[in-house]
Amino acid sequence: MKTIYLDNNATTNIAPEVLDEMLPYLSEFYGNPSSMHIFGGRLHRKVEEARAKVANLIGALPEEIIFTSCGTESDNTAIMSAVESFPHKRHIITTRVEHPAVLNFCKHLSRKGYRVTFLSVDSLGRLNMDEFMNAITDDTAVVSIMYANNETGVIFPINEISAVSGERGVLFHTDAVQTAGKIPIDVRKLPVDMLSLSGHKLHAPKGVGALYVRKGTRFYPYIIGGHQERSRRAGTENVASIVGLGKACELAGENLYEEVTYLKNLRDRLEDGLLKTCPDARVNGDREHRLPNTTNMSFEYVEGEAILLRLDEYGICASSGSACTSGSLEPSHVLRAMGVPFTAIHGSIRFSLSRYNTEEEINRVLELLPGIIKELRQLSPFGRQKTG
Amino acid sequence: MWEYTDRVKEHFLHPKNVGEIENPDAVGEVGNIVCGDALKLFLKIDKKTNRIIDAKFQTFGCASAIASSSALTELIKGMTVEEAAKITNHDIAEYLGGLPEQKMHCSVMGREALEAAIANYLGQIKPVEEAGRLVCKCFEVTDEKIRRVAIENHLTTVEEITNYTKAGGGCGSCKEDIEAILKEIWSIKALPEKPVVPRELTNLQRIALIQDIIEREIRPRLQADGGDIELIDIEGNRVVIALRALCVGCPMGDVTIKGIQDKLRELVSEDIVVETG
Repeated sequence: MKTIYLDNNATTNIAPEVLDEMLPYLSEFYGNPSSMHIFGGRLHRKVEEARAKVANLIGALPEEIIFTSCGTESDNTAIMSAVESFPHKRHIITTRVEHPAVLNFCKHLSRKGYRVTFLSVDSLGRLNMDEFMNAITDDTAVVSIMYANNETGVIFPINEISAVSGERGVLFHTDAVQTAGKIPIDVRKLPVDMLSLSGHKLHAPKGVGALYVRKGTRFYPYIIGGHQERSRRAGTENVASIVGLGKACELAGENLYEEVTYLKNLRDRLEDGLLKTCPDARVNGDREHRLPNTTNMSFEYVEGEAILLRLDEYGICASSGSACTSGSLEPSHVLRAMGVPFTAIHGSIRFSLSRYNTEEEINRVLELLPGIIKELRQLSPFGRQKTG
Repeated sequence: MWEYTDRVKEHFLHPKNVGEIENPDAVGEVGNIVCGDALKLFLKIDKKTNRIIDAKFQTFGCASAIASSSALTELIKGMTVEEAAKITNHDIAEYLGGLPEQKMHCSVMGREALEAAIANYLGQIKPVEEAGRLVCKCFEVTDEKIRRVAIENHLTTVEEITNYTKAGGGCGSCKEDIEAILKEIWSIKALPEKPVVPRELTNLQRIALIQDIIEREIRPRLQADGGDIELIDIEGNRVVIALRALCVGCPMGDVTIKGIQDKLRELVSEDIVVETG
C-alpha cells in the first residue's frame, strides 16, 4: 500500500537532492571543520556554503545565521539570549497558541520569576493588536510570536508586531519553523531581530535547525563550550545535516511562488470537497490568512484518533488535536485558546501538504473520508441524527 | 503512535454489537463529550433467568474506547447479571490482548458503564457522581474511584493512576493528592489526617454554569439593548468575554463588564474575574 503523507507540518520527507548532497559527509568526508588539516578544514567551506543558502532563503546575510540542533533549540536560544542580554527587564510577551518550544519555555521562565503575558486569540485564531499594544512596556525583554501556527496554519501580522516592538526598543523573535520554505520571507523588509527555522519541516533531515540573529542584535549563547559558530553556539557542527539544510533551503527558494499556488489549490480542493461531502464539518482558523499547505478541520461528534486510525488503514497520514492523540489527555491548546467547542475539538484533523503530494492523493482522501466519518458517527451516542 | 494489539485493531475496525436496543432492560451511560470519551451501554435481560441475552453500545472515543466497548459486549453476552457484575476492567483489557498503559482508562470506562447498567437494572439509582471527595477536577475523579481502581489493579504510582482513571492528566495540580492516597493505601507511611475539603464545583460544572448564566441571564439583557456578548474562554477564575454588536465601542463597556462580573460572582463564585479577550 502506498503511503499518502499529509502530515508535513509534523515532519517532511528528505528531498532526494538533499540526501545526495549529504551522503559524502556521512562517509568519506568525516572531518571536523575546526581542524587545521585540509581533510577536516575543507568541510568548513561546505558549512559556509550551506550558511549562505539558508541566509538566501530569508534575505539574510550569512553571518546572521547560526546553526542549531533543531527548531526548539533555536526558540529556546532566542528567548534566553534576549533575557540574558537585558537582565534588568523582567517581562516577556508571547501568545497562548505558540509551539511548546516557546510556550513551555516561557512558562519555565515565569516560574523563575519573569512576568509573562500570553496573548489571546479570537475564534479564528487571530491576535488582538490592542491587547499586544497594551501589554508591551519598557520592562519587556522580548516579544516571541510565531509567524504561522503549526496546527491551524494561521499567519500572524509579524510585520506589524515586529515594527511596534522595534519602535519600543524591544527585541522581537519569531518562530518561523512552519513558515520558512512555505511562503516568502525577507528579513530585509521584515523588522524581526531573531527568527527560528527547522530542517525537517522543509525536506532536510531532523536534528538540524537555524537561528537568524540580525546583525547588531545583542546575543548571548545558550549552549556554551567551544568557539564554533563564532562562539554563538558551541558543539562540533553536524556537517552532513547542515549541508542538507543548505540544499533544502536552496530547493525551497527555487520554486517558492509556484509551490504556494500549487499547494493552495490542492489544499482548497481537499477542504472544499470535505466541507461539501461531510455534514457538521468546519474549518478551524482564519481561512484568509493561512499557510497554503495547511487545513485544520473538525468533524463534530467523532473522535480524532479514531478518524486517524481508520485513515491509517488506507495508508493516509494526518494528525489530530484530540485529547487521545496528545499523550496529555487534554486536547489541543491552540484550538482551546480559539474557543473551538469541545464537540468539534475532539474531532479535529489537520492535513498538511507538501510539494510531493498529488491531486490523485487528495482525490483518494475525498473518496474515503466521508464514509469513515459517517461510520464513526453511527457508533457515537452523540449527534446521530446528523449523519446526513 | 499507540501500540495496539491485533485484537484491539480488529474490534476497532469491525466493532461487534454497535447500536441501540429498543426497549432495553438496562442502560448504562458514562463519560461525556468534554472529556473526550463516552459510552452508552444497552442490555436486554431475560427476567426469569437473569441472563443477558443481548448487549449493544454506542461510543464516542478513540480506537481503544471503541474496542473496549466492543469487547465488553462480547464478554457479557450470555452471562447472568451476577456473573457480569464480577467483570473487571482487567478482564476487558485481557480480552483485547492488553491495552497500552496510557489507555487503560478505556477499559475502566467499560467497567463503569456495565456497573451503571446493572445498577439501572436492579433499580438502584446511581449517584450522579461516585461517592467521595473530588480529587481531579479536570476529569471529575474522586478519591473513592482512585482507591478502588488502585486496589483492583495494584497501581502504586501517580502515572499509573493517570493511565487508568485520567486523574492528574489535566492541569496536574492533584498529583500530590493522588500520591497521598496511594501512600495511604499501600501504607508506605502513615499520613496525618487531611482536613476534608468542602465540596466545590468541578471545572466542568463551573464552565457549564457560567455558560448557562451568560446565555440565560446576561445575553438577553444585552440583546434587548442591541448589544451582544461572546464567551471566549474560561480559565480557572478568569472568564474571557467579548462584547459584540452595539456593545462594541459603547462608552458604558466597562460598566457592562463590571455588571457581568458581579452577576457571575453572585451566582458562581466570589473570585471570578471577567476580562475582555
